[in-house]
Amino acid sequence: MSSKADILKKIKQNQPAFVTELPNLNLLGSEQFDILETYKTVLKNIGGDPVEVTNYSDILEYIKTNYAIEKRIITTITELSGIATLDWTNDDPHSLQDVELNIIKAHFGVAENSALWVTDELLGQRISPFIAQYLAIIVHKKDIVATMHQAYERIGNEEYGFATFIAGPSKTADIEQSLVLGAHGARGLIVFLLD
Amino acid sequence: MSSEKIIEHSEAAARFNKDVERVNWHDETLWFVREKRDRSAHQIADWELLRETASQIKNNVLSNIHDYLIEFEANAQKNGIKVHWAADAKEHNEIVHSIMAKHDVKQMVKSKSMLTEECHLNDYLAEKGIEVIDSDLGEYIVQLRKEPPSHIVLPAIHLKKEDVSETFHEHLGTEKGNIDPQYLTESARLTLRDTFLTRKVALTGVNFAIAETGEIVVCTNEGNADMGAHLADVHIACMGFEKLIPQRKHLGVFLRLLARSATGQPITTFSSHFKKPRDGKEIHIVIVDNGRSTQLGREDFRNSLKCIRCGACMNTCPVYRRSGGHSYHNAVAGPIGAILAPNLDMSKNADLPFASTLCGSCTNVCPVKIDIHDQLYKWRQVLVKEGHTPTSKTIAMNTMAKVLANPTIFNIAGKSGRFVMKNIPGLVNNKMNKWYDQREMPDVPEESFREWYKKNSRESKAKNNE
Repeated sequence: MSSKADILKKIKQNQPAFVTELPNLNLLGSEQFDILETYKTVLKNIGGDPVEVTNYSDILEYIKTNYAIEKRIITTITELSGIATLDWTNDDPHSLQDVELNIIKAHFGVAENSALWVTDELLGQRISPFIAQYLAIIVHKKDIVATMHQAYERIGNEEYGFATFIAGPSKTADIEQSLVLGAHGARGLIVFLLD
Repeated sequence: MSSEKIIEHSEAAARFNKDVERVNWHDETLWFVREKRDRSAHQIADWELLRETASQIKNNVLSNIHDYLIEFEANAQKNGIKVHWAADAKEHNEIVHSIMAKHDVKQMVKSKSMLTEECHLNDYLAEKGIEVIDSDLGEYIVQLRKEPPSHIVLPAIHLKKEDVSETFHEHLGTEKGNIDPQYLTESARLTLRDTFLTRKVALTGVNFAIAETGEIVVCTNEGNADMGAHLADVHIACMGFEKLIPQRKHLGVFLRLLARSATGQPITTFSSHFKKPRDGKEIHIVIVDNGRSTQLGREDFRNSLKCIRCGACMNTCPVYRRSGGHSYHNAVAGPIGAILAPNLDMSKNADLPFASTLCGSCTNVCPVKIDIHDQLYKWRQVLVKEGHTPTSKTIAMNTMAKVLANPTIFNIAGKSGRFVMKNIPGLVNNKMNKWYDQREMPDVPEESFREWYKKNSRESKAKNNE
């Protein structure tokens, strides 16, 4: 007998005789709070920087002022082609190792934990939000939901190959519980909150 | 590993406790994490409802796991993922190796997977000439030191920055004596970046596997699982079958609980959903039993399979905090480890359910409501019945039972006990007496309660006044 058949047979024998019903999730996620303010506070608490902007020229201005634009900056957003390249999405992912800043869009954000939902189609390449030294993500203020329950309602049966929630810059506290930003992924995360 | 002599928990804990300052530091550090968990949990008004919901979802999973596994496999295969099944640790290791061999690859970068610790994958692959580098910073540190992780979420929590500094000086050539965590982390980042960029095979654990969609979710703060997986040609993800959850929307419940329970963060930095491989690349999922189906059949203990590996029970446990993860001689330490380990090997792990005060704090913080301290208590009974506890303890318990059951013997025993403690204290206050190890024996009362009561009860007083 193959291991699969063997394991499944043993599980069938040993699992409880009656199936326990799944709980109702509709009772969850009814917390009331100021979504945008909560989003910003939580993001700051976990090491990210919220920046409110009204349009793409604000974003361009902010990046020009705050980042070394002579270094390699990539994006998937055509409006930002003036400061960042768009033609890297079919390259060998390893070739992105020298990227200083990556600017992408998120589908939506989650106020309770400041996480941003991104999928393949927004990433250009799966490695892009991880390999860049710094990361900037743009999200519309109207696209911030309260909790993870609303988040998964919104995701629904969405099709993707890869997707991730990103909450703050990569971090570690593995050395004596001292928080260090920039473990293996981005050292900093700017979230542009667009009107 | 069976030839290895295991040092029992109490002995290992005694050794750990020799350095008082360090034990106090360890204790406080973990309590600090527990407090962060509390602050985070208390911000969620529905926290208890969340725990209850998570518990019910996991109960449903355990009662229907056969069908969920079939559903998961079919959906994962539809997504282009290759699914493997391993009955035990050996088969798991062989499957991983066979994938490496097929691609003729000799190096692997790995992110955190307690399952591969449980299966001793690194040792197995090393014997086959395959180099494995653990990329989670904590795991990387303990790997360089040739130690196992001492905590499932915080693998190097037993080490001080001075220890890490010395290890990095030796292996990475960092400045001697530089103990700045920022500097040390940066050094590891640079070294491991090179590792990520050059490995063709990446192995990760799995936090959740969704039956409905055939996708897996991997949570990290460092981004190491993603750095490995998205740069490699082959991504191998290893999971115990209990990682399944029914539907994608259930992630909303578990992702709210996991990081808050673990470290007090509102969510891990990355919660990555892997559904399909990149074009021309491969994802393999290895579904492992290794004793889990047996545990599923033990009615008193099956709930341990609900565990989502947050580590909250360890951070709160007064015994774990003062004995350290290594004293549990098992991949998963602490209270949850102590109820999982006897299932894997009763005789080797018979000491672990006794490494608890049964205070119940573990049960109170568990995000999926596992009755951990009840199970510790029940394991003790199973282990005694099956003859896995030391003979001295069995004799002592039997004698105690006889004494307590018979008033005459109890009376004589009490009298002689008081006589001995008063006149020949050396007979009691010595190393043979386990109670004397950590404490002074009490002063001997002049009389027993029974003798006192005889004199002072209403009836005897009335008699005396007649």
